[in-house]
Amino acid sequence: MKKYNAFFAIPYFLWLVFFVLAPVILIVGYSFFDSNGNFTLQNYATYFASGKYLAMTFNSVLYAFLITLLTLVISYPTAYFLTKLKHRDLWLLLIILPTWINMLLKAYAFIGIFSLHGGINRFMTFFGLAPHQILFTDVGFMIVATYIQLPFMIMPIFTGLEELNPSLIKASRDLGANAFQTFAKVVFPLSLAGVKSGIQAVFIPSLSFFMLTRLIGGNRVITLGTAIEEHFLVTQDWGMGATIGVVLIVAMFIVMIITGEKKKGGRN
Amino acid sequence: MKKLRALVIGIVLIIVVLIAGSKILSQSSGMSGAKVINIYNWGDYIDPELISEFEKKTGYKVNYETFDSNEAMLTKIKQGGTSYDLAVPSDYMIQKMKKAHLLKPLDKSKIKGLNNISSQFLNQPFDRNNRYSVPYFWGTLGVVYNDKYFKESDVDSWNKLWNKKFRGKIMFVDGAREFMGIGLASLGYSLNSKNDRELDQAYNKLKSLTGNAKAIVSDEIKMYMENEESSVAVTYSGEASEMLAENRHLHYVLPSEGTNLWFDNIVIPKTSKNTKGTYAFINFMLEPKNAAKNAEYIGYATPNEKARKYLPKDVIDDKQFYPSKSLMKKMEVYEDLGSRYIEKYNDLYLELKMYRH
Repeated sequence: MKKYNAFFAIPYFLWLVFFVLAPVILIVGYSFFDSNGNFTLQNYATYFASGKYLAMTFNSVLYAFLITLLTLVISYPTAYFLTKLKHRDLWLLLIILPTWINMLLKAYAFIGIFSLHGGINRFMTFFGLAPHQILFTDVGFMIVATYIQLPFMIMPIFTGLEELNPSLIKASRDLGANAFQTFAKVVFPLSLAGVKSGIQAVFIPSLSFFMLTRLIGGNRVITLGTAIEEHFLVTQDWGMGATIGVVLIVAMFIVMIITGEKKKGGRN
Repeated sequence: MKKLRALVIGIVLIIVVLIAGSKILSQSSGMSGAKVINIYNWGDYIDPELISEFEKKTGYKVNYETFDSNEAMLTKIKQGGTSYDLAVPSDYMIQKMKKAHLLKPLDKSKIKGLNNISSQFLNQPFDRNNRYSVPYFWGTLGVVYNDKYFKESDVDSWNKLWNKKFRGKIMFVDGAREFMGIGLASLGYSLNSKNDRELDQAYNKLKSLTGNAKAIVSDEIKMYMENEESSVAVTYSGEASEMLAENRHLHYVLPSEGTNLWFDNIVIPKTSKNTKGTYAFINFMLEPKNAAKNAEYIGYATPNEKARKYLPKDVIDDKQFYPSKSLMKKMEVYEDLGSRYIEKYNDLYLELKMYRH
């Protein structure tokens, strides 16, 4: 029986080696070479010495943090409300549905909605408000990013809340806690695992949103993803691009450790 | 056990089919034979009627394939899977391909009609004496504006783009050379400057231009200008001519300080096999009537001097697409700067994109 188990692990093992380990090793490897192929630590020196890359990292983290916070603020009440509903599966399906649509399509739809002659501005002019520039602003970028990330935050929180044993809440009320105390001392701590995996699933991809910074942000919102693209495609300085990639990987590990412990799922 | 064997056989079968399939696919693109010429060009960059005319006249069969970026074309030609006889790269890419030994020098004795081309488009820095390339189309970098919101005198100089009334209004084409070029040109420096002091000066000046930027995008500019989401954009004349055709409120202006001049030239890649057919096609395209017909279809400016008399007068008289000689003198073609300065331009550009005013 044991032999079979090892055999079935082969596809997974191969996948791991070729598509996870090898790329990471390549990225780390490339980061130690300059554009002429000589071994160097200069890429890291450049990264930490120039205010440019540090500022960009700070920008990326800040945007990712705000997006995560915004999704969390919207998702927690939503998930809580969902657990109280009758036809949960249907409602849940409606929340997951948008993730089946290609992100590029959603981005283009938002371009139409946000544009000067688009839906939102027409609505505002109807009420006598002057049209506002929403496309290519921080606000527009945050709204779209939050919209795209919402399902990935709602799902794990919902699962966490649903698994909660109702008798615990009853016990808490029986023992004299009011509704708020029950939530703060019983419900929230028990759903924390879901919140943590939600944060992982949202924060990490948000760090390198790059297509959105371009389509919705009009390159007025710059994150590390923009710099990586530039180094790989335009200047062909793969070493520097890889260095930024390494920094992103390290940042992701830090997030994993902070929100770590028993993690459940995450995206995909 | 049986299931397992079936699985293994299945996987092996799939692999065999995929390998065979990829072999067939890589062979099927491009044809060979003395009667076929393989042309590799930008999408929708030739009047299809000219191809059928050429086929009828010479008996050659044209196999026309397209690419959407210089870099994609370079990769495919480097791979050498298809034996392309002709390709149409842009100026800096010709220089790059020349350095990589991917081009065959032209045999001038076989080319008829090179003197139809205006001398100002020959002997360019990216290909001295046109050893490797024949001009196909050319154009400029300029400003498109919508006459509902601005007038020509608002945008006829790079320096006027700094005006406060453009705050958050201008769309820029996403490119380090283009954006840095605006700064350099506005200061009267060369677009190919390798002088650190000049570049820093341009960088400092451009910082205050970032506040006027609405967005820094590429192909989307066309859509945003046509549907009037944006009222001013810095873009290429080729793109501009397509916008102007869609929205009659749009106009194209060349800044008085001078600007970038670009070329798409015909070259013969190393992979070429049908020499006779290749030169027959080059000569066919150099014929003034054909060049004029092509220019009318594409809407770009033709370098073929003798073709001009076949073009409608309002096209030739359009000073924005066929600028005066004195303005042409101020224009510059991008040169390959070498990796050190390409990086410098891109670093400064990235910092400018990040800069919030």
